[in-house]
Amino acid sequence: MKILVAVKRVIDYNVQIRVKEDGTGVVTDNVKMSTNPPDDNAIEEAVKIKEAGKASEVVAITVGEEKAQETVRKALAVGADRGIHVKVDGTLEPLAVSKILQKIVDKEKPDLVFMGKQAIDDDCNQTGQMLSALLNWPQATFASKIDVKENKLEVTREIDEGLETIEINVPAIVTCDLRLNEPRYASLPNIMKAKKKPIEEIAASDLGVDVSPRLEQLKVEEPPKRKAGIKVANVAELVQKLKNEAKVI
Amino acid sequence: MAVLLIAEHNNKELRPFTLNAATAASQIDSDVHAVIIGQNSADAAKQLSELPVVKKVLSVEGAHYENFTAENFAPVIVKLAENYSHIVCSANTFGKNLMPRIAAHLDTSQVSDIIKVISPDTFLRPIYAGNAFATIKSNDAKRCVTIRPTSFDPCESTGGSAPIEKVDASEEFSNTKFIKREEIKSDRPELGTARIVVSGGRGMQSGDNFKLITEIADKLGAAIGASRAAVDAGYISNDHQVGQTGKVVVPDLYIAVGISGAIQHLAGMKESKVIVAINKDGEAPIFSVADYGLEADLFEALPQFMEELNKLNTIQK
Repeated sequence: MKILVAVKRVIDYNVQIRVKEDGTGVVTDNVKMSTNPPDDNAIEEAVKIKEAGKASEVVAITVGEEKAQETVRKALAVGADRGIHVKVDGTLEPLAVSKILQKIVDKEKPDLVFMGKQAIDDDCNQTGQMLSALLNWPQATFASKIDVKENKLEVTREIDEGLETIEINVPAIVTCDLRLNEPRYASLPNIMKAKKKPIEEIAASDLGVDVSPRLEQLKVEEPPKRKAGIKVANVAELVQKLKNEAKVI
Repeated sequence: MAVLLIAEHNNKELRPFTLNAATAASQIDSDVHAVIIGQNSADAAKQLSELPVVKKVLSVEGAHYENFTAENFAPVIVKLAENYSHIVCSANTFGKNLMPRIAAHLDTSQVSDIIKVISPDTFLRPIYAGNAFATIKSNDAKRCVTIRPTSFDPCESTGGSAPIEKVDASEEFSNTKFIKREEIKSDRPELGTARIVVSGGRGMQSGDNFKLITEIADKLGAAIGASRAAVDAGYISNDHQVGQTGKVVVPDLYIAVGISGAIQHLAGMKESKVIVAINKDGEAPIFSVADYGLEADLFEALPQFMEELNKLNTIQK
């Protein structure tokens, strides 16, 4: 079985976001970038499946600018076998990314495609579902547990009401939740080895996909700030304030 | 053209956020039709027809719709979509799972998780865990929009009498099979709609210690929330998680106990009307959004809190 894992480069989850003064976006210059956290879970799961002898190859793919390749390199350092970098300038909408991934799936013919359930920058939560629609494959979104069986997966999904378990036939798409596993760190020898693993570079424009934007971002602004509150001295004062000042209990 | 609202339900009744999504739909266009897809869902369809903002109900029945599988739902809606300018549903796990599948089939770029309808083609939505708001204009001919339920009031639930029209079912998608759903049943209010939420974090130190929170929640008629750290540590189940990748809540009162306040958690609760933070670390970021902060050891503060509540003559429910 062959697993394709899509990873995205985003502003690191620990960075305090700053909105640009001209309202065109958020500040990304000199800001720490990392792999989108649930994409790390997706890579980890694919590598674990391979280590368990149930997959033959793990291919990491990213769609993005020059530096996005770092995320593929990181995936190679934790166990992916080879990489693909679809080069494109600027940011693409999830629909465009899923169309690019569809082209790569047509070429690579993976049995499974994994990715994070949502990117923590645009918080769209769309790409996996869109890709499975384009391919007419089953989708298991928000996965917190994956059991690989013969030509199918049993996947536990985190839903608002609790947990749901579904069985999907391969080929299939899985979008991964943060609780799926604990992503490993790359060891120094593996980082060195990863430098020798191949990354195929493809220009998005060579794929014959219309990636032109459908959405216009008219403005990005700071959300309204909460006014600073007060510290209370003890529990009695807290309860009194909630009862008589805020009137919420 | 009218707006098509996708109803969320459990085959017996509507799920509450359908009413919030209906409000958002009616702000896009006053002509709102609603589609309900399920099995033996006639009662829920009737409920839907009673929402005054809904002008027509489309009911689709089939055994393969019993478990809300997106692969089965999407073709039905894609077929109906030609008569509509917008497809709308809630941005909860139901809508998040389903809507992109519809959008891709329609070749339209979805606008996710909007918090405001500015005009029929322009919407406000949070990005970066709510640390920025983006105004997005959609230039697609058909627009797929998911709405953040807590940002729209629920619509009136009675007084309407929309006609209910049957629509043919589509074929079953055979490559996805539902196995089981483990719903955590509770007599407490639902987290997403509760007036008061009491949440615990890593500071709770164990699942057992959550009983300190449970007691207070029961006293206040509150729902129980949790930070991702508490869910990851196994103290409490995932359906309680509040935050960027969990649920967004906007209660009148949010009490954060032993939660440091990572931006990912704040994303799910910082619009709450009144926020209380109880934490022994005075520097914890949660205090920067708290109206009332109590710097204290939660294992001392929570029993005291319970005592103080017991002293009150009345508690609002």
